[in-house]
Amino acid sequence: MPAAPQGAAATAGGRGRMRAPRSALAPLLPYLQSIALWLVMGIFLLIPIATIVIVSFWDDQDYALVPAFIFDNYRDALGSWVTWSTYLQTIEHAVIVWVFTLSIGFTVAYFLSFHVRSSLWQMVLFQICAIPFLTSNIIRMISWIPFLGRNGLANQALMDMGITDHPLEFLLYSPFAVILAYVHLYALFMVVPIFNTMMRIERSLIEAARDAGAGPIAVLRHVVIPLSLPGISIGTIFVVTLVMGDFITVQMMSGGQSASVGLMMKNEIGLLQYPEAAAHAVVLLLTVLMMVWAILRVVDIRKEL
Amino acid sequence: MEKSGPRHWLLAAFFALFVLFLYGPTVTIFILSFQGPDGGLTFPMRGVSLHWFANLFEPQMVGDFAGSFQRSIALALLVMGLTVLIALGAGLAFRRKFFGATVLFYLTIAGLIVPSILISLGIGLMFNVVGFQPDWYTSALGAHLTWTLPFGVLIMFAVFNRFDRRLEEAARDLGASPWQSLRFVVLPLIAPSLVGVGLFGFSLSYDEFARTILASGVDNTLPLEIAAMTTNVTTPVLYALGSLTTMFSLGLVVAVTLVVLAMRRRQRSAA
Repeated sequence: MPAAPQGAAATAGGRGRMRAPRSALAPLLPYLQSIALWLVMGIFLLIPIATIVIVSFWDDQDYALVPAFIFDNYRDALGSWVTWSTYLQTIEHAVIVWVFTLSIGFTVAYFLSFHVRSSLWQMVLFQICAIPFLTSNIIRMISWIPFLGRNGLANQALMDMGITDHPLEFLLYSPFAVILAYVHLYALFMVVPIFNTMMRIERSLIEAARDAGAGPIAVLRHVVIPLSLPGISIGTIFVVTLVMGDFITVQMMSGGQSASVGLMMKNEIGLLQYPEAAAHAVVLLLTVLMMVWAILRVVDIRKEL
Repeated sequence: MEKSGPRHWLLAAFFALFVLFLYGPTVTIFILSFQGPDGGLTFPMRGVSLHWFANLFEPQMVGDFAGSFQRSIALALLVMGLTVLIALGAGLAFRRKFFGATVLFYLTIAGLIVPSILISLGIGLMFNVVGFQPDWYTSALGAHLTWTLPFGVLIMFAVFNRFDRRLEEAARDLGASPWQSLRFVVLPLIAPSLVGVGLFGFSLSYDEFARTILASGVDNTLPLEIAAMTTNVTTPVLYALGSLTTMFSLGLVVAVTLVVLAMRRRQRSAA
């Protein structure tokens, strides 16, 4: 636990005056307050990632880990076309989902910030978009069954309208269902940051642009979009990293017809091939970090924080 | 901006469709969880009953619903408490410059960016290599904190960026010790945000799946139990469970929102 209370007492000295004797502790205060965060992120993020990197060079014999320094895991991982096609498919998913969530997220955020007059309604409608974040992803995926299943609502509606005379099998357990579930799960990761940046755009800038003769499209293109870029890139980082690392959506929604890097790793873990899985994990991590770096090169989001 | 032309209504319609898309499926399984005893996973409804909810609490049901629910609640409470305390401490620390602050900040943000399955695998491997037994209250707890703390710290950042430091200076000028100014000025003012951080910690942990799967040890949490059910349960009991736990989450959000609004109102009337 951070020593916030005692720590705060120590600030006394920082201000000088009457409480001078305790001032020796004041410079230590931020360290005491942040030590718990250091410990948690160190033990449960940094060391585990380091463990993955180390184990990716290890050997496994009879389902046991054997410390070693071999490159076989990387050779196996990168030398097979299955890996490459799985990576391509995962990146393809990320790009498709990005296009959909960005279009939806931008439009929804734009409506909320520029077309909803009362700030009370603005907050209520925004909360409605954000609340599903605090519910279970698994259940949100399950909830597509009555819609997309063989006897689901979508098929019944299509058949009632005479568009098809037999139920479509490709709706549930298909690549289509995977993309739909991703967009359903992750659209709010775009709405929230884009809405936040849009709310900070000075309304006078837009009036100035219109006074200068800009039409709605020009205002959007030259004022709103450029000023929303930080929110767009935060949303993009979320969506891209979530899709790149996903395994459960593909497992539950694809019916075995799609693959993802995460699912490939999880299958190897199921076979207790930890060093192979670790090698894939390192490659995946580097890929994701490179994507994030590329996004940050385009937009500096630090001032957003 | 024009507020009433066709563009406005087009956008409003788009928004309505988006909300329908967000909530439609959940509402549908909520309705279907009241299926009659002969009903299936899709429409039509064959009668209306509480059969599947009752079924949930019968012992012969697949898996261990009650045990995993209790574990998930206990874990979520633990994560909630730790997230509030650690994020508050870090939030206070980040108000000043200190050695390693930037590294710590990026390390925390990395918790959001590193794919969940890697954290799960890494923690599982670490426990394996060191020879510790993974458990929900050790390895899974740590895995959840790597997800809830970045949100908590970012919220504290936003809170302290907007915090008026003159209030603390005023307290000090009136003779308050730093501890008194924290306890009687800062904490009451940021209390609604701390409640929000707690809600995030609880909910994100309660629903967490990908970070738990390789780090939970032998006992399942509720999301793991539900995921296992999807492969071998083909009756509306799945929907009943889904509806119950979603209602629980939504009820919590509503309750916390009301508490926060009441706190804000009291602050305003006091001021």
